[in-house]
This record gives sequence, C-alpha cells and structure tokens, in this order.
Amino acid sequence: MIVEARLAQFDSIALESGATLSPVEIAYETWGQLDTLRSNAILITHAFTGDAHAAGISHETGRPGWWDNMIGPGKAFDTDHYFVICSNVLGGCQGTTGPGSLNPATGLPYAMSFPVFTIRDMVLLQKKLVDSLGIECLLCVAGGSMGGMQALEWAVSYPEMVRCVIPIATTWRHSAQQIAFNEVGRQAIMADPDWCSGDYYDKKPPARGLSVARMVGHITYMSDESMREKFGRKLRDKEKFGFDFGVEFEVESYLRYRGTQFVSRFDANSYLYITKAEDYFDLANGTGQLTEAFRTVDTRFLVISFTSDWLYPSYQSQEIVRVLRRLNGDVAYCDLQSNYGHDAFLVDVAEQTEIVRGFLDSTARIARAA
Amino acid sequence: MSTAAPVHHPVTLAERPDFHIIGEIIQPRSRVLDLGCGEGELLAWLVENKSVLARGVEISAQQVRKAIARGVSVYQGDIEEGLADYPDKAFDYVILSQTLQETRAPLEVLRAMLRVGKQAIISFPNFGHWRVRASMLFSGQAPKTRLFPYDWYNSPNIHFLSINDFEDLCSDNGFRIERRYFLAGSRRISVLPNLLGQTAVFLVG
Repeated sequence: MIVEARLAQFDSIALESGATLSPVEIAYETWGQLDTLRSNAILITHAFTGDAHAAGISHETGRPGWWDNMIGPGKAFDTDHYFVICSNVLGGCQGTTGPGSLNPATGLPYAMSFPVFTIRDMVLLQKKLVDSLGIECLLCVAGGSMGGMQALEWAVSYPEMVRCVIPIATTWRHSAQQIAFNEVGRQAIMADPDWCSGDYYDKKPPARGLSVARMVGHITYMSDESMREKFGRKLRDKEKFGFDFGVEFEVESYLRYRGTQFVSRFDANSYLYITKAEDYFDLANGTGQLTEAFRTVDTRFLVISFTSDWLYPSYQSQEIVRVLRRLNGDVAYCDLQSNYGHDAFLVDVAEQTEIVRGFLDSTARIARAA
Repeated sequence: MSTAAPVHHPVTLAERPDFHIIGEIIQPRSRVLDLGCGEGELLAWLVENKSVLARGVEISAQQVRKAIARGVSVYQGDIEEGLADYPDKAFDYVILSQTLQETRAPLEVLRAMLRVGKQAIISFPNFGHWRVRASMLFSGQAPKTRLFPYDWYNSPNIHFLSINDFEDLCSDNGFRIERRYFLAGSRRISVLPNLLGQTAVFLVG
C-alpha cells in the first residue's frame, strides 16, 4: 500500500496563548475509503516525534509507517472497513507548519519567534482538517503517549464529534517526572553552541544537543527489563574494556545510533516547542478536578496502559478511568502485560490489536443502531 | 462498503444455568453492572438479547481483554475497591455471579452493591448441599465436591456460605429478598433447597 502525503491549508488559527498563526498548513495521509454516510472515519494522533505517515509505504521515502502493525487491511484499525486519517501535529517538522517553516512576514524561518502552542491547539488544527474533509463525526480518535493526550483533548473539546476515543499509554496531565525528562532534553539542545538561540536554519543544526536529548528520550521509552534483555552488559565489537571513552557497551552504541539517526529527521526547535506543549498539558486546567473536564462527555473510552511503562505509568491511566467511572461513563480499561516499557504501544501489539478491534466494532454497531 | 468489521460472535449461556435466571430477572434496556464479569459472556448476552447498558469489572487482564474484544465495556480492577467510585443508584442491577464467596468482605460488598444499584443479583454455590455435608462427615477433611473442587490451600473461595446463611445475613441486615431461585445442576428446585440446591440466585432490593 503506497501512500502519499497531502497538505491542507487554513487562513489562520487562534492559539490558546492568544497568538494567531497565519496561514497554517497541515500534512496528512489517509487510508481506506470514507463511506457514503461519512461515518467510518478514524483519526490517529501521533506521539511526540511521529508524523502523518502512520501506515503503508511512503511514496517519498519508501519507508513503512510508524504504526504499520496496527493500521491496514485486517489489522486493528482495519482499512477495509474504516477510513483512517493521520496528520502531523502543529509545530511539527514533517509537513505541518512549525518553527522551521517560513514566516511570510519576514521570509525567514520562524525559529523561536514561532508562537508557543498547546495540545489543545494541535487538536483545534486537526478539527479544522476533519471539518474540511466533510466529516461531522469521527468514529474514533486514537493514539499513544502524546497521541493519547490529543485523543483525550478531543473528547473534552469536541465530545459531539467523537463516538469513541482510545488513549493509550498516556496521562491527563504531565507529571513532574515527565516534565523533568523533557527539560533535560531541552537543556541539551539549548546548551549546544550550534543552537544559536534557534537561528541555525542556514547553518549547522545543533546535532549534538538534539542527539543527547533523543538518547535520554530513548531510555525513558524502554524498561530496565527490555534493556537488560536487548543489551545486557554486552560490549560492542570487542572482548575487553578499552579503558577509554569510545563506544564500549552495546547500549551506548544503540543510543548514539538512535541519537544520530534522529538528527537527520527532526528539527531541534520543534523538539523544544512540542515538549513544551506536552508539559503544559493538563485536562483539568490546574484545578486538579478532572471530573469537571469530563462532566459533559458521553464519548466511549478504551483506556490502555502497559505494566512496564514507567514514563506514563498505569496509575495515570487508572486516574482517568476512575473519574469516568465516577461519572458513570462508558469506559473500558486494560493494563496490558508487556516488558517493552513505554514503547509497548508501538511494538507489542498483538493484545492491543485484539481489544482495539473489538472495541471499534462494538462502537460502530452502537453508532449504526443510534 | 460496510462501516464495521463483522467480528462479533453470538453468545450462548448453555454452561451457566444461573445466567438463564439472571437473564429472566433483568428488564430490557436497564443499566447493569457485572462484578467479576470474567470474559463478559453474560453482559454480551444481555446487550444482545435485552439491549441493556452494560458495564463490567474484572481483575484478570486476560479475561478483561477477551471481554473488551467482545465489545463489552469492562475495566480491569478489584471489585471491592472499584465499587466505591460509582455514584448512588447508578445501575438498575448490580450482579455478583459466583463471586461472593471469593470476596474479602462480603457484607461490605453487598452494602456497596445496594448503594450503587437499585437491586442486586447474587448467585453462589451452596455450601449446605448434601454432598458437601457428606464429604466432610465421611472424610473428616475439608470438603471436595464437583461444586467445590479445590483443595483447601488453593481454593479461591475464602468464605463458605449456605443458602440459609445468606438468608440470615439478609434478614439481620435488612436486605429485602425479592426473589430466590435454586438449582440442582441446570434444574430448578423448590423442595429442601439448602440440602438439595447446588446454586442459589437471589434478587435483593
């Protein structure tokens, strides 16, 4: 299945900060067919460094999508039955307007003059896209990690537009630990002399800083157990210690590889802005009262967490479930057993597929009966 | 092109005679919470045949997965903790099927069921059945029967109650028993239930 990226443009978007961004473009891909009632559309929301290319083989790069194991004919999000949309988030660097885009007022990249945006702003831009596709009600919004935050935000901001949401390995507000890891990443980038206060687009990018940020990120996506299994204390291409500071352990080699690889596909300023949006995320707007946020929501929920995920621990999902139960909401929840840590929603998909498929099917049945 | 994958299977209740009775009690389109709902067979059957609004709680991740795959809104959790979250009278019926004897604090569970639901449906294996009595009497050991097949050390059952025990508990605590059903195998009986009944189903208001 070869897919092509598409682009939609809007005159402007009013952001939560009060700033306006104008014009704004959003890159997206779609799979499957929209039915005649326009009732079978599913929006997939991507995680921090994801993009619109969630499934199939990219026309441009020849690469499979980041959730290709979940989206496609016969898969969890079955494109024989559903029309699946995935867009690059606001502020991203994979086609949607972000800090690396040209500011029409100056003819130069926005860089750090790009307005600070939130998860709610990302969702507002997605809503504009969904509206422009002529879809009045989405069957589902689903995503993991930061994608899960967007799914939750959809349910709260536009409950009448979503029949069900599937927030996976996520939280209703970023915790101190999550903010802390993001801050380490931001500081690594900003400490790199090549960052130049964000004005590096005609120069060398802050590759070392961005690479270190990504290395930290990768540690948080795995688990103690998965790292022990994958690397242990294995040495890279050697039998004995070299008594120097070159690459020695397998795990070092892996992290450096991941870091370097990331630099070629991701913009450091997008990293700063998107992590900020995550850190601001709090569905209860600082009140601590999640119940109020969900009070008028009658969307169905399937909440999924993973036992070894210590970056978005299960208790954060359980808090969401508890509040929905208090409101007598329609919520299904499962804490799936996995050793893969936070990465589980991307790699350990057999059980996730089983429940997502059944949940979507029953939601579609309820929608037809309504 | 149709809008949904046709993956749902009709549910049969052949192996659980108490499910038949529960199916009879429950009014169409009511709100039902099933505590310890397993793979959601009963709830799925009630959705299909009675158009109920169904919710379930189950502690086993594997069974929760199967239930969600069946399309039932089930959450993974402990019934004794989970009940506290629901608002008063959120459900028309709260079901506790073959699980009362496994709960740590049965009386607290029953009280919570009657707070959360207008009515409670409770089914349990009868420890007063003659086979259980005979097993204990003749072997002098913790009874093992078809109904209670476990050894004392690996049984999920931590409280043993007979039909008469349950009736006493209800009268001592002011729970009104509205209907009662007794089963020997899949056959309904009415004579000497505490001696001959293997499974009891109570509707408590």
